[in-house]
Amino acid sequence: MSFINYSSREINCKIVYYGPGLCGKTTNLQYIYRRTNPEQKGKLISLATETERTLFFDFLPLALGDIKGFRVRFHLYTVPGQVFYAASRKLILKGVDGVVFVADSQIERMEANMESFEDLKINLAEQGYELEKLPFTIQHNKRDLPNVAPVEQMNAILNPNGIQSFEAVAMTGQGVFETLKSVAKQVLFELKKHY
Amino acid sequence: MAEFDLVMYEEEFRRIDEELQKLYQQANAKVLFLVDKNGQLIASAGDTHNIDTTALASLTAGNIAATGGIARLLGEREFTILFHEGEKDNIQISLIGQRVILVVIFDQRSSLGLVRLRVKKASESLTRIFDEIASKAEKEKAEGRLDESPFAEISDEDIDNLFR
Ligand SMILES: Nc1nc2c(ncn2[C@@H]2O[C@H](COP(=O)(O)OP(=O)(O)O)[C@@H](O)[C@H]2O)c(=O)[nH]1
Ligand SMILES: [Mg+2]
Repeated sequence: MSFINYSSREINCKIVYYGPGLCGKTTNLQYIYRRTNPEQKGKLISLATETERTLFFDFLPLALGDIKGFRVRFHLYTVPGQVFYAASRKLILKGVDGVVFVADSQIERMEANMESFEDLKINLAEQGYELEKLPFTIQHNKRDLPNVAPVEQMNAILNPNGIQSFEAVAMTGQGVFETLKSVAKQVLFELKKHY
Repeated sequence: MAEFDLVMYEEEFRRIDEELQKLYQQANAKVLFLVDKNGQLIASAGDTHNIDTTALASLTAGNIAATGGIARLLGEREFTILFHEGEKDNIQISLIGQRVILVVIFDQRSSLGLVRLRVKKASESLTRIFDEIASKAEKEKAEGRLDESPFAEISDEDIDNLFR
């Protein structure tokens, strides 16, 4: 649910990074935060446990520039990945404009990826969204590790509609902005359809 | 889409701003914020200079969302008011018309009683304004007000420029 303010000439859009625990969602936001100019970003807020696991959400506001005289702001959120935080994940999806699914490429995490992907679809459906109709991008993260599944195999499972997906190493930033740009683009084109 | 996008025009914004300024005076508040349920700041009154308003908006919405989750678990529809007491400042958060969140920060120059009373009054006016915004948005969506849209012409290049 984007917020278009003709008075302050701003558009606010909400993008949620979803995926299993430890797949690298927070790391994506941390990299974006580090590589953005100070005047383009707000604080990176992390509601985390003492061991730095996301407890409720991470939040990063970005204002990358203007389009047609409107300041475009993206509010990036991550969800807590662990299964038992299901209730919190639902809350964070409220009013979402675009979703990034961060998959963990390690072979032993395929089941966790699938479980999280199903969880995403169910939680969206509960709020009246369909994943197929929402701006959506898939990131295959941790491509630097030795035990990764082939991208084709991951796409076969997580990306049946064959949308564009990105290989990433969030720790070094590879693929991070490409992923964000892809989902941001879809979100803005969606606005174009409706307004 | 599950919900309507919130579209705010100059006129409604002015009316909301007037309500907030009035409440600010009458409640003797330090700062007021109006936030949408998804965590986006709509308007504010008072001295916001030393406050990270974007972060405050997001955390407030998270707070309300979590409280709403708790309410549903307990079979309540929603808790409409939250109150946090600090050493110097207090914060009252209330839900207005199921749609937006009003945050009032106040200190010992005011009181919870006064704040509650004034917020109750302001809520009614604000609810009316937001009802109007919603019905206007619905109408415009139905009429397909596409031609005058500033976004109709968004190009790949515009988006590439954001990521320079
Ligand atoms: N090798 C490697 N490790 C990563 C990568 N991205 C994240 N990590 C690590 O994976 C762990 C979990 O990352 P985090 O972002 O907290 O996961 P989240 O639970 O999805 O938020 C951390 O130790 C990260 O440093 C990556 O691309 N490659
Ligand atoms: Mg995390």
